[in-house]
Amino acid sequence: MTAARAVPALGKPRTSRLPSVADTTLDNGLRVLAVRRPGVPLVELRLRIPFAGKGDDHVARAQLLGDTLLSGTDRRSASQIAVDLQSFGGQLHASNDADRLGISGSVLSSGFGGILDLLGELLTSASYPKDEVVAERDRLVQELAIHRSQASVIAREALLHRMYGEHPYGLELPSAQAVEDVKPSQLRALHAKRVVPAGSVLTVVGDVQPARAVAQVEKALAGWTATTKATRTPKLPKHAAGPALLIDRPGAVQTTIRMAGPAPARSSADYAAASLANMVFGGYFSSRWTANIREDKGYTYGGHSVFEHPPAGSRITVSVDVATDVTAPSMVETLYELGRIATVAVSQEELDQARRYAIGSLQLGTASQAGLASMISMLVGADLGVSYLRDFPTQLQAVTVDEVLAAAAAWMAPTRLSAVLVGDAAVVSDSLQTLIAVEKS
Amino acid sequence: MPPTRTASRPRRTGSPAPSYAVERFSLDNGLRVVVSPDPSSPVVAVAVYYDVGMRSEPEGRTGFAHLFEHLMFQGSASLGKTEHFTYVQGSGGTLNGSTHVDYTNYYETLPSNAAEVALFLEADRMRSVALTQENLDNQVAVVQNEIRVNVHNRPYGGFPWLSMPPILYDSFANSHDGYGSFVDLESATLDDARSFFDRYYAPGNAVLTVVGDVTTEQVEEWVQRHFADIPARTTPKRPSFREKAITNERRAVVRDRLAPAPAVALAWRTTDPSDLGKYLPYVVLAEVLTDGDAARLQDRLLLRDRNVTSVGGYLGIMGDSYDARDPTPLIVEVHHPDETPVDTVVAAIDEEIARLADDGLRADELARTVARMTARYLRELDPVMGRAQQLSVFEQQRSRAELVNELPGLLEDVTAVAVQAAAATLRPDNRALLELRPEASS
Repeated sequence: MTAARAVPALGKPRTSRLPSVADTTLDNGLRVLAVRRPGVPLVELRLRIPFAGKGDDHVARAQLLGDTLLSGTDRRSASQIAVDLQSFGGQLHASNDADRLGISGSVLSSGFGGILDLLGELLTSASYPKDEVVAERDRLVQELAIHRSQASVIAREALLHRMYGEHPYGLELPSAQAVEDVKPSQLRALHAKRVVPAGSVLTVVGDVQPARAVAQVEKALAGWTATTKATRTPKLPKHAAGPALLIDRPGAVQTTIRMAGPAPARSSADYAAASLANMVFGGYFSSRWTANIREDKGYTYGGHSVFEHPPAGSRITVSVDVATDVTAPSMVETLYELGRIATVAVSQEELDQARRYAIGSLQLGTASQAGLASMISMLVGADLGVSYLRDFPTQLQAVTVDEVLAAAAAWMAPTRLSAVLVGDAAVVSDSLQTLIAVEKS
Repeated sequence: MPPTRTASRPRRTGSPAPSYAVERFSLDNGLRVVVSPDPSSPVVAVAVYYDVGMRSEPEGRTGFAHLFEHLMFQGSASLGKTEHFTYVQGSGGTLNGSTHVDYTNYYETLPSNAAEVALFLEADRMRSVALTQENLDNQVAVVQNEIRVNVHNRPYGGFPWLSMPPILYDSFANSHDGYGSFVDLESATLDDARSFFDRYYAPGNAVLTVVGDVTTEQVEEWVQRHFADIPARTTPKRPSFREKAITNERRAVVRDRLAPAPAVALAWRTTDPSDLGKYLPYVVLAEVLTDGDAARLQDRLLLRDRNVTSVGGYLGIMGDSYDARDPTPLIVEVHHPDETPVDTVVAAIDEEIARLADDGLRADELARTVARMTARYLRELDPVMGRAQQLSVFEQQRSRAELVNELPGLLEDVTAVAVQAAAATLRPDNRALLELRPEASS
């Protein structure tokens, strides 16, 4: 065995420059953010259109609208759109969540004008051709079945429904029946009503001159107009944790455990402290929970605890998949670590380490065109400016051990979290009930 | 100098080629080092590639290369268990490792003030990884849970990357389950680990790459300080894993207890990737067939026949087009509903490939396919870690890290005739066809 050597000290940190953002609202109400970030000759695009709505039918239509947005315009067929995108060296995808329709893409700088014209055409004259919609509808039904055969999806759907009930956040994926009922005319109507510029934000990052990029956007999207304004997501219902829900998956070799509860928004005074408490608990690999259930006991490949920040209310989600025969023991350790973070102060060393990680992650996450584009788009969607990239590290620097304890007690105590477990109920149910109140689905 | 867009070779249609700095040196113990300075962001990527992968693990020890990757994170002479993670993350960095058929990599992205810390950590485990029975037992359990979450408890788990090799290949090296059987994993011993380390983790069998906010002089000083006294060891000569051609179609069926609908994968052995001039037409061919709705198979199956759920295609059993050695397959993967018979799907694929082989590419098809491949490639290079990984693998497998800059030009050099000729080699009689059927159906 070779003798131990001393790990070198860190050098002097170099801080990232705050990106300079051209921030313009066009006559049609669309807000455009443009940032020059050379490197590779590409441009990243992120368009966020608020799109919250209630109920299975809305979710089905919103999902299909995204899936068929590129299926034709009054000038181009689906094939022509695909061919043109390829020629630009570009890609464009629509995606939905409970709050918004997102259209994101990237393109060679030389194809930027071309992709903007296509985007303008899609926004103003997507035609939702009957044949394409019917084919996509059938495909979506198949995809949903595949999606819902995954334990993680089963658990997430049950957990969100348990937390949010009939609120839009309670239903992420539509039922097969609701998808089958969608008609092309409904997509055209939904597009006319909700795909509107006022309240929407387009972020452009890459090898561009910001002022010129904004002018190009203005020219290409000037025809995108509407009298309605985008609508916001309604308020969340009050959260009550309730007993854990156990969903039977006979023969499952693992139990999929998910726990979640409300969390502070990025703009909250205690968010920096809460995010560091989460790191120390289970938010990164060097956390107590990972050291315990993976590196000490080998119960799992890995657990993750993350904050998500949908605009109507943030949440913390604790996720782990464990071998079936150690389900109850894994729950013991998870409840122990959550209880410990919520009741016993972390050490100064744990705090400092988590702090450096949180600050570093922000720096790494914005060091590429795609990362910076997604970050800026996310910040503006959360009503935060790009100054957050400078201010949040300052807030993290100031957090004390006591503030971490207070934030953990407020947000991470196990009694505050709703729990869903998907696993072989015949094997895991009895031992789980010695620990926690369990309700079977 | 920050990267600029100066072309490194004559261009015909203006395809953009990057010009990242590529500098290299090597140590007396055989370690090869590539440095690509880029001060545009205060971040750095460090990657170590060992020239050993799943193909090289011994019989009776399936999954060992990957299990050993886990052991490399369990401590070394100067670092206790979990300290590797805490030093990287506690410096603000992220890290991981991964095991492929032909290499195993370890990598960190960090704020640039932690560059020397990362180099120290990599040197420490290259010099003297700490192997203990307790850590071995623990990581066998962790890896078994990794396999449960990614394969046993997941619909389509391991399809087709684990289920295709035994159909497509004959030798143990190429055909075995690289994730490992539970019996083999549990049979692994500390002696196995020590001899695997001695044989394959020699400095002369590794490439170290540093990209980002550093200077080559500074990196050379650090690398000399931390790596130079690792003793040289004999490096193994990589055997040829080539197999003789398939002459009759091979078919097999795999059952999936969790999958709600069937799927099918077709695989052909392609040419030796070491000759890029012959290999790149296959990479382009996979894109012509399956990259987006303008591709041949998407257009046929999704836009016209409309009888499948998804279509995908790629080079390399793990989808690593530019990272694999010989032999490496071209794979087409289709998910379809029960109502669509698999023979219908396969017949349509055969017809489209035959059409391409007979009639060649359409006028603009090659240019637009290469345009998007180039864009996607550049996008992967933009983050320092994406760049470090490509530099490493090109240096390791081809002794030419400069290929990161040259690849767009080489893609542009691929001719329509070469793609057509590659298509003509994808025949029913020389392929492996694997059906996945839900357990419940017949």
